[in-house]
Amino acid sequence: MKILVCISKSPDTTSKISFTDNSTKFDENGVQFIVNPYDEWYALVRALEIKESNGGNVTIISVGSAGDEAVIRKALAIGADDAVRIDADPTDAYFTAMQIAEYAKSNGFDLVLTGKETINYNGSQVGGMIAEALDQPFVSLATKLDVNGSTLTLEREINGGLEVVEVNTPAVVSCAKGMAEQRIPNMRGIMAARTKPLNVVAAVAVDQMTTYVNYTMPNAKSACKMIDPSNMDQLVEFLHNEAKVI
Amino acid sequence: MSVLVYINSKNGLHKSAFETVTYGKKLGDVTVITTGSLSADQLATLGNYGASKVLVDRSVEGDDDQQLTRVIANAADRCSANTLIFSHDLVAKAVAPRLSVRLKAGLISGAIGIPSSDGTVPVNVFSGKAFGHVKVNSARTIISLLPNSIQPEENGSACSVEDFSGNAGSAGVKVLSTKKPEGEIPLPEAELVVSAGRGLKGPENWGMVEDLAAALGAATACSRPVADIGWRPHHEHVGQTGVAIRPNLYIAAGISGAIQHLAGVNGSKVIVVINTDPEAPFFKAADYGVIGDAFEVLPRLTEAVKKFRASNH
Repeated sequence: MKILVCISKSPDTTSKISFTDNSTKFDENGVQFIVNPYDEWYALVRALEIKESNGGNVTIISVGSAGDEAVIRKALAIGADDAVRIDADPTDAYFTAMQIAEYAKSNGFDLVLTGKETINYNGSQVGGMIAEALDQPFVSLATKLDVNGSTLTLEREINGGLEVVEVNTPAVVSCAKGMAEQRIPNMRGIMAARTKPLNVVAAVAVDQMTTYVNYTMPNAKSACKMIDPSNMDQLVEFLHNEAKVI
Repeated sequence: MSVLVYINSKNGLHKSAFETVTYGKKLGDVTVITTGSLSADQLATLGNYGASKVLVDRSVEGDDDQQLTRVIANAADRCSANTLIFSHDLVAKAVAPRLSVRLKAGLISGAIGIPSSDGTVPVNVFSGKAFGHVKVNSARTIISLLPNSIQPEENGSACSVEDFSGNAGSAGVKVLSTKKPEGEIPLPEAELVVSAGRGLKGPENWGMVEDLAAALGAATACSRPVADIGWRPHHEHVGQTGVAIRPNLYIAAGISGAIQHLAGVNGSKVIVVINTDPEAPFFKAADYGVIGDAFEVLPRLTEAVKKFRASNH
């Protein structure tokens, strides 16, 4: 089975978020970048597990500039066979998805995996867009994925519950928590990642459909009102009369 | 402006449906597209929130992403919609991106408000640590609205309901079985949420969290460590790598308030934090704080809520 795993870089989850250039750009100063956790922990690790039990090939793909190769190497250290970098700034989800779909079309994969969303833009868009561009079924937010020949059996979250579904390859799946366990790369993996093929592919011309014009920060909270732990009637009173939430 | 609102009516009409119709009405003339078997009388009530018309494709029963994409695209053409609205739920996450490609329409997902005068729409970014203001560069726009972002407004009357054939085609995903917890409130839609973390010491102590949730009519949630060690199911995990929620009230017991957890809950209108440690970072993000042992405070709060509810509230 030929699997393509889409990865994106994102700021480390402990990063303080700030913006620059008149609040129009994310301030990358001093920010540590990691592989987007959903892409790494769930999509990539599950792809590797499938390869380990069924054989096949796992390719990582990312849309980004040369500076993003350090993040791609981090992902390769976990265990994929090779990686592809589409040489372009991932301006929006549509642009990114169309680049990946174009590569997938000309290289024929049985399965394309993405994380359920990135932790920076939280759009949950790229997987579904790739599926539509490839005219393939899409299983979103899958928490379990088993492969039996050309049939995939998956569990996915649905509104207020869980669904067990079956789909034939080729297909696109976005991966959520439950799919696999995080793997810590070992020294051998990190060494091997340095020499694994990382092919740079030119981007195709695609329109950018959305623009982030600027960013704002949430208003700071006013001081927390402390309540005596023995007086919960007072808390209820505040929640009813002051906060008006119950 | 012609606005098409997709409503998932498989399990009846919920608040998220009224929110999206209300939102659409603020942008233009609303047509609703839905599928499934809900009665015309029930669907007509969407008119109360501002819908002019409901189109229903009775041939589609499930939530297959490819079928829904075809039906909604055909409905958008039928009413020449230039804006499509979804509630940012699990169906929208599968279908809206497909429609973005099919209709060449810019997709704004995770919207938390209506477009401002400069045409940008506010969205949650960095898992709620900041807001982005997004505009689309295409003729058509798709907006996927986070639940609990606007208040439903009821000021219309029942509207017409029309059967619609959206040429759904065949389903690509075959559903083998469905597991649905009975009577549970879906977390992203819940207005009140009671959440707990490692401070509760073990899954056997969750009874007092559930008791408080039951007294309030709230959903239950948890922190990441608690989901990771299997005390609670993954779908209850709120935070940066879990679910981001925006309830009216979020009560957190025994959660210190790491930055990743705050990211998922700081859209909450009011936050109550219960913790033994007065230095817990969560107090800085809270509106009301209780320094005390959750094992004593939670049952006491449950009693206080019951007493309050019993006095006709």
